[in-house]
Amino acid sequence: MPDYSWPPMDQRRVIGKPTKRRDGLEKSTGRAKYSSDQKPPGTLFGAMLTSPYAHARITSIDTSEAEHMPGVTAVHLMTAAGKEVQWEGAEIATVAAVSEELANDALRKIKVQYEVLPHLVHENDLAKAGNRAKPAGEVVTGDPDKAFQEADATIEGTYGIPVITHCCLEPHGNIVQFNGDHIDLWPSTQNVSGIGGDLGKSLEVAAANIHVQMQYIGGGFGSKFAADSWGVEAGLLSKASGGKPVKMYLDRATELKIAGNRPSAFADIKVAAKKDGTITAWQSTSWATGGMAGGGMPPLPYVFKNIPNIRTNHSAVAVNAGAARAWRAPNHPQASFLTCSALEDLAAKLRMDPLELFSKNLGYTEREATYKTQLQKAAEIMEWQKRWHPRGEGASSGHGPVKQGLGVAINTWGGGGHASKCRTTINPDGSVVVEIGTQDLGTGTRTAITMVAAETLGLPLGAITLRIGDSDYPPDGASGGSTTIGGVSPSTLKSTTNARNKLFEVVAPVLGTSPDQLAAIDGRIQVKDNSSKSLPWQDACRKLGSNKISEMGENNPRNPGGLMSQGVGGIQMADVSVDIETGIVKMNKFVAVQDCGLIINPKLAESQIHGAAIMGICAALFEERVMDEQSGKYLNADMEFYKLAGIADIGEIVVYLDITPENDKRGVIGLGEPPAIGVVAAIGNAVANAIGVRVPQVPLTADRVLAALEGRNA
Amino acid sequence: MSSTNDSEVPGKPKRVVSRRGFIRGAGIGGGVLGAGLLDKKALALPPAEAKFVGPGEVPITLKINGKPQTLNLEPRVTLLDALRNRLELTGAKRVCDRATCGACTVILNGKSVYSCTVLAIDAQGKDIQTIEGISNGKPHPVSEAFVNNDAQQCGYCTPGFVMAAKAFLDHNPNPTYEEVKEGLCGNLCRCGTYVGVRQAVLEAAKEIKGGNHA
Repeated sequence: MPDYSWPPMDQRRVIGKPTKRRDGLEKSTGRAKYSSDQKPPGTLFGAMLTSPYAHARITSIDTSEAEHMPGVTAVHLMTAAGKEVQWEGAEIATVAAVSEELANDALRKIKVQYEVLPHLVHENDLAKAGNRAKPAGEVVTGDPDKAFQEADATIEGTYGIPVITHCCLEPHGNIVQFNGDHIDLWPSTQNVSGIGGDLGKSLEVAAANIHVQMQYIGGGFGSKFAADSWGVEAGLLSKASGGKPVKMYLDRATELKIAGNRPSAFADIKVAAKKDGTITAWQSTSWATGGMAGGGMPPLPYVFKNIPNIRTNHSAVAVNAGAARAWRAPNHPQASFLTCSALEDLAAKLRMDPLELFSKNLGYTEREATYKTQLQKAAEIMEWQKRWHPRGEGASSGHGPVKQGLGVAINTWGGGGHASKCRTTINPDGSVVVEIGTQDLGTGTRTAITMVAAETLGLPLGAITLRIGDSDYPPDGASGGSTTIGGVSPSTLKSTTNARNKLFEVVAPVLGTSPDQLAAIDGRIQVKDNSSKSLPWQDACRKLGSNKISEMGENNPRNPGGLMSQGVGGIQMADVSVDIETGIVKMNKFVAVQDCGLIINPKLAESQIHGAAIMGICAALFEERVMDEQSGKYLNADMEFYKLAGIADIGEIVVYLDITPENDKRGVIGLGEPPAIGVVAAIGNAVANAIGVRVPQVPLTADRVLAALEGRNA
Repeated sequence: MSSTNDSEVPGKPKRVVSRRGFIRGAGIGGGVLGAGLLDKKALALPPAEAKFVGPGEVPITLKINGKPQTLNLEPRVTLLDALRNRLELTGAKRVCDRATCGACTVILNGKSVYSCTVLAIDAQGKDIQTIEGISNGKPHPVSEAFVNNDAQQCGYCTPGFVMAAKAFLDHNPNPTYEEVKEGLCGNLCRCGTYVGVRQAVLEAAKEIKGGNHA
């Protein structure tokens, strides 16, 4: 069994060094081809007709006019008269045509009659949800009633975080060519190795006959795993159009309506504590929606889960709106917001610094020591001790309308590494090819794999030819749950180690030593500790004669061998200014202190955390799916009124990654999700600290801030 | 061919609300204006000079990256769709398709515009510069700076951001940090790369000033 281990921290030549994105120039020069940029010869354009109603019965559909339009090659019905649609945007029919404009014209010629049925699209008031709410039942730990009776202080509050949508910039969609018994699929997916099989199930084609290719993806965030209806439809339209490729991407409105969203979360929360801030009881009645399937309970109480007395109850509310999908750290941002808001309110009631309250209760978490250090570190960066003030009592209070405040929140995430296989080929001319059927979501996966290979083989990054994004390569798991870096790093390490060891076997006799005495360093194969006995890489590879080396490596999630692990914590802090006359919240500074494992590329790891913070700022200040009670429509299914933060909205962001020898020993741990969790909570708490009252529901829009100041609920 | 000239059409309407005029009337926000969507000259065009074409395909010529390109398309086709679907120039991306996000940014007569909201026929006679045309043999300093400062993740907003940054720097060669934030607020990113973008634009400004790009 070869020695598969990460080189010691102080001996790494590539890993751990801030390294530029390998595919950066491809993207910033516009050369990078996303699947939505492809147009294989003969490409037809597909378009999809969707329901304008939140709930309706289809009474008739007539596609005849569309079918007879010149240039229309196929029309396919996805439903039938007599069936119900359950949300606006539900799929009705698709067409393929020689141009995109014509495909959209054809959709307008499809006549659909609906009988409109009653709908429910709002879940913020549980009392109005009626039989659409399904309570899961009470779960009790300890004796919460007694604890509330004996408490020195209790707080009660209702908090809410709405449904938000992924809004991937590259919309969901794909190109599918279904020719005879073979399918070519160009998707926008987080699952290059697995999506072919998913499509094959629906189209009854063996996965062996499906070829998937995708070099770039324009955002996924958890919403792009499956083949989806647009994959199946493009396939059927292609087949019906003589096997020509059909390109079908959702328009922005449909993208926002049906291509994924994050469930909401609301809760009536009660917390009890002793005078010194020790929490004694938690009670929450929560509810959420993720569409007709309802919405699961966020993990409450979040992180502080060992509070001795707990009562929780959760209802899933079914609403007539598009279905939820996984969203960067599913359910955690909601849980962090609900929990940290209540805890900050408790601190305010006790007139305590929330850092003191958080610290006092860290025994209820699974990472007491980590969080303690992180709270100190974050406080130091934020100058918390100097700058924090009791709620609503900032120095600027009474001196002008702009109030400043600080807030804190906490996160935790698992991670781990998904199953991954890698193949490394060393050619007799010295060229090296590394192949993995993975995908780079923009997280820097390409760069990380290349760095690991370069480290093991002792070669510069440019000497590695990396091939990903193709189902013909060794299989790799879907990129979800922050498991990609923990999957591809070990499989690459093992594969390149195996290939390198094969080369050592060939070169050892030439250098008059045994293979285990060789090392690959700085483009040479040399005897360990004796660089005078060496061969340049090219000369060493020439010894292979006409035989190339091809070796596999595997990451087995059940047996990580110390190369990767899971479980991180983090502390986040926000500094905001709020104008109490206009209600406008402005980000001043955001601090993310993040625990981590072995970091392959600190530059891109930091980018991940910046991105997570900015996504959180979007959710805290701007993002909300706005549904109309009367019509059942998604009112802001566009990018003008479904707001994202712009470059001027984010303030200063400070990232502190806890790169230490101890953390390094844990192996690689994914970082995509954890820093996206506590942002909304920290900003919400900072606003409460600034203006003296809690804004119970996010996003923290001007109207909600003003309503809270006036003592109303927005 | 149903292409006609308005002067040949009897009883033509006296006032035609163009898509551009409609958008102006609808009061799109400052970000759009900042990115130069509204071409004042075009808006000032007297109605007598307006021409009617379509609705079928018409031959048009676009000057893209210095080269004339002739193509047949319907007047309703946007510049973005002409670039992407008919000319294989796919650097500009279609994201919001209604002048909000900037992923489709190209430079028209020296000003950045949202190509999703410019009709291809309206872009005739103008200099159209796309991301494919700014490389000049080697990558443009803005493209380089985006890599150096990791101003991109998924990269789908990046070509639009690069074009907006280039046009911004062409007009503001010595921007302050605050000016960069204001000048690029017409583009949106979902992955959250703004920290890198701010640094990249400042670095590119220095690089261009240093004469490292012809």
